[in-house]
Amino acid sequence: MTMSATRTPASADRPRDGEGAAPAVPSPGERRRAARRQQLVAWLFLTPVTLYLVLFYALPLWRNVDLSLRDYTLRSFITGGAEFVGLDNYREIFTDPTFPTALWNTVLFTGLSLVFQYSIGLALAVFFFRRFPLAATLRALFLVPWLLPLLVSSSVWAWMLNSDSGVVNSFLQTLGLDPVFWLTSPDWSLVSVILTNIWIGIPFNLVLLYAGLQAIPGEVYEAAALDGAGRWSIFWHITFPLLRPVSAITLLLGLVYTLKVFDIIWVMTRGGPGDSSTTLAIWSYRLGFGGGSPELSLAAAVANVLILIAFVFGLFYIRAQRKALRS
Amino acid sequence: MTRSRRAVTTVIALILTAIMLFPLYWMINVSLTPPHLLRKDPPNLVPIDATFAGYDKVIHEQLPYLGTSLLIGLGTVALTLVVAAPAGFALAKLFPRGGSTLNFILLVAQMIPGIIMAMGFYLVFNEWGLLDTIPGLIIADSTLAVPFGVLIFTAFMMGIPNELIQAARIDGANAWRTFRSVVIPVSRNSVVTVALFAFLWSWSDFLFASSLNRGGDLQPVTIGIFRYLGNNTQDWNAIMATAVVASVPAAFLLVFAQRYVAAGVTAGAVKD
Repeated sequence: MTMSATRTPASADRPRDGEGAAPAVPSPGERRRAARRQQLVAWLFLTPVTLYLVLFYALPLWRNVDLSLRDYTLRSFITGGAEFVGLDNYREIFTDPTFPTALWNTVLFTGLSLVFQYSIGLALAVFFFRRFPLAATLRALFLVPWLLPLLVSSSVWAWMLNSDSGVVNSFLQTLGLDPVFWLTSPDWSLVSVILTNIWIGIPFNLVLLYAGLQAIPGEVYEAAALDGAGRWSIFWHITFPLLRPVSAITLLLGLVYTLKVFDIIWVMTRGGPGDSSTTLAIWSYRLGFGGGSPELSLAAAVANVLILIAFVFGLFYIRAQRKALRS
Repeated sequence: MTRSRRAVTTVIALILTAIMLFPLYWMINVSLTPPHLLRKDPPNLVPIDATFAGYDKVIHEQLPYLGTSLLIGLGTVALTLVVAAPAGFALAKLFPRGGSTLNFILLVAQMIPGIIMAMGFYLVFNEWGLLDTIPGLIIADSTLAVPFGVLIFTAFMMGIPNELIQAARIDGANAWRTFRSVVIPVSRNSVVTVALFAFLWSWSDFLFASSLNRGGDLQPVTIGIFRYLGNNTQDWNAIMATAVVASVPAAFLLVFAQRYVAAGVTAGAVKD
């Protein structure tokens, strides 16, 4: 069994592997049968994932849509039946005073997180791209915050930002600044969860953008250096534009991930005080599982609004990725 | 760069890393600080009078939670690999009709916010009797990893030379044999990458655990930490000790499997 044995002209004509690679020239009928057989085999391999997607994605998603169109109460759990109410739940959440707050908080949380994660991540990627001792090791250490369970990082930050005994306020005090009520003041709670989320997101941006930098051919820089371009101008006129496809993907992926963020906010502030750090994801969870009587139908309606937003940007992401692959 | 400038760069890099990792240091510091010193102002920057009481508490109170997390993590890895590896092989090498549609669906599936899945699973599991059970959490957690797994396997298996697969065919191996004895062994790296991430994500999951396993006897460690947080006493020494222990898998990954981690982060986003 050598590799060269298979490089016959017959298989070179048909680079696709499969039954077609048989040495004798098959008749059209045989070939059709072989093709059908190959399709059958291929889909046998795809059977587990197809079943999986139907049972564990399509079904829950469908139940979620169905739920949002009914009035599901505690009684419904036992009887199984729930009255069909059409778009009433959506009407109710859109007129709820929490809705504009949650939407705006989602925009702020996502937007600010992305801007800072990306710019800090890019600065670090460029910085680590220079060759210096320990560069690879330190870059690897930067990954740690991203690998930790979100619950761990959020509890650590919750304690660091504690108003009375937190190390952050103690640091501000040594600078002569007043302590900040990070988690307990409505003015600061959203800032606190954004800060934490930026910290968690930097590694992800750093790794992706660093990989993007590696993909830029070195000759480009050499040519620019020969032309006498300074470091700053090389960055703005060469690195940054060439990095655009990777940047688009990084930002859109970050956006889709940030929209989902739940653990951080729930652990640190539970969306409070009041609604001051409530995003759509938090609002949905609070309605459904946050204690008190569960409003699953309303929770599902909020969740479906969130999924719509995620999908819109998700399609942008897929388009950006296709474009990057083509170039 | 000259040697001295490189040294300066390294020093700057060290400072940046120290700032970035300060919260981790703080976690360890607090986990060793005796409770009566926790509210001291200003806080001790190093653990003076270090105590292992927090870790003692972890061993006595959190061991079952850790065991459950381990079990759920391993289950998630198994389910993810069984579903994702054959799919990756088919998409990469068998040219199924409708394959690109399936790819698209998987990309979209990755973007569905977990809260939506949690709500849907809650209803479905309620009917199937999977609420508050380990299999239920394994299924839910695997949805975090399956689409990613298929994408990784597809990308990797595309790189396997067709000649290798044809050679197996000529030797009389059917598609299943080829997959099992040729494709899987040469795809070891991608198997490790997918398994690592599936484990890590399941280990870190809090959303599914807190919504689908609210009253179960066996709860994962994220719930264990959250219970501590919910206590009015808020024993931060014990909370941080649990947090340190819950970070062990991540630390392990970083030390022993760093190249797989970087591969996983960049896969799909940047094509080399």
